[in-house]
Amino acid sequence: MENFEILYKNLLDFSWQQGVMIAIGCLLVYLAIVKEMEPSLLLPMGFGAILVNIPFSDALVGPIQTLYNAGIANELFPLLLFIGIGAMIDFGPLLTNPKLMLFGAAAQFGIFFTLCMASMFFPDFRDFFSIAIIGAADGPTSIAVANKLGSQYVGAITVAAYSYMALVPVIQPPVIKLLTTKKERMIRMPYEQKSVSKRTRILFPIIITIVVSAIIPQATALIGFLMFGNLIRECGVLNSLSDTAQNVLANLITIFLGISVAFNMTAEKFLQVDTLVIMGLGLVAFIVDTAGGVLFAKLLNLFLKKKINPMIGAAGISAFPMSGRIVHKMALKEDPQNFLLMHSIGVNVSGQIASVIAGGIILNIAANLMGG
Amino acid sequence: MTMLTEAAVNLEFNPMAFVDNLKYMGIGMLVIFVIIGVIILTTKIVSALPTKE
Repeated sequence: MENFEILYKNLLDFSWQQGVMIAIGCLLVYLAIVKEMEPSLLLPMGFGAILVNIPFSDALVGPIQTLYNAGIANELFPLLLFIGIGAMIDFGPLLTNPKLMLFGAAAQFGIFFTLCMASMFFPDFRDFFSIAIIGAADGPTSIAVANKLGSQYVGAITVAAYSYMALVPVIQPPVIKLLTTKKERMIRMPYEQKSVSKRTRILFPIIITIVVSAIIPQATALIGFLMFGNLIRECGVLNSLSDTAQNVLANLITIFLGISVAFNMTAEKFLQVDTLVIMGLGLVAFIVDTAGGVLFAKLLNLFLKKKINPMIGAAGISAFPMSGRIVHKMALKEDPQNFLLMHSIGVNVSGQIASVIAGGIILNIAANLMGG
Repeated sequence: MTMLTEAAVNLEFNPMAFVDNLKYMGIGMLVIFVIIGVIILTTKIVSALPTKE
């Protein structure tokens, strides 16, 4: 009988908390495969959550911990992923109308509102600053900032950031509808096709890097790696590297990032009331981001002769390109001849830049609080 | 259950913290608009420069 002990001994070591975490892991895998919600991240995270919650798992204190220390604890993976994201982004629609960047700035309001909200529940500023950055709607920025600040909630913050990014098509439309009238949603914005010179495309990432880094040195790595990727794309002499950054590099890092985030998804770290509160605050962040962008556009309309469709303000969150497409689809639903795609995508890429700047601002304020 | 109870104790509810931290909201939004403003201005200047293309 003793020989059979090996068959059931480990099963008896399962706690109900580990069971719940494995169920959460399976749910993430389900959402990734069946609902196609951010599958490239949710699937590795979900499977990783299963791996680390098996009692005495050699995957946790072994490859996953090694990957975590190698790439997340030092923010390397998010930064490398930014090279790939930068190489994927075409700033053309934004460069034809740079004023669109204002909406990217306005839609970061959710970050700072959530900072205040989170401070009511979490006394440590490193935690409530990190939770606020969920509102960046940008996974790599959330991971990088939370890690840099040394928050104990990196796992929950990452899961919240990616889950809500996947849920943007569900979260944004009701908020936009609530804050706009049908007449406003039907405002047409003809797109004036302007050519953007190669020089402007090349100088843009360099200018952004210098301006942002000079004002907020804490954002240099985040904005620098994003813009480095974009420069590889736009310079015209590194097509092979650009292709590698957009595909091979981004895919490899996404796999490693997703599975190593699971290091923080063990039952004892994740299954806490705090996690539920963080998930709730993440939802608040996304809603207020959307509202901030829409209300800012409505505010501008009070002074503009040529009215803006306020829905494009909602695309200022960084969830690229989902948010831009949602606004475009909503406009088409109201008026089949209203094509907002170029405007909304322009605002959406500006949200990518603005969210990184917001991350840098958070780090800057935190550095001052820590005394340097 | 113990885990949940312990975690709940870690949380606190301090409504005044919202007001105390409003200054960061003001600073953050101001800085972000200033930086974006500088970027818009610089981009417009670069775009306006004559080009051979």
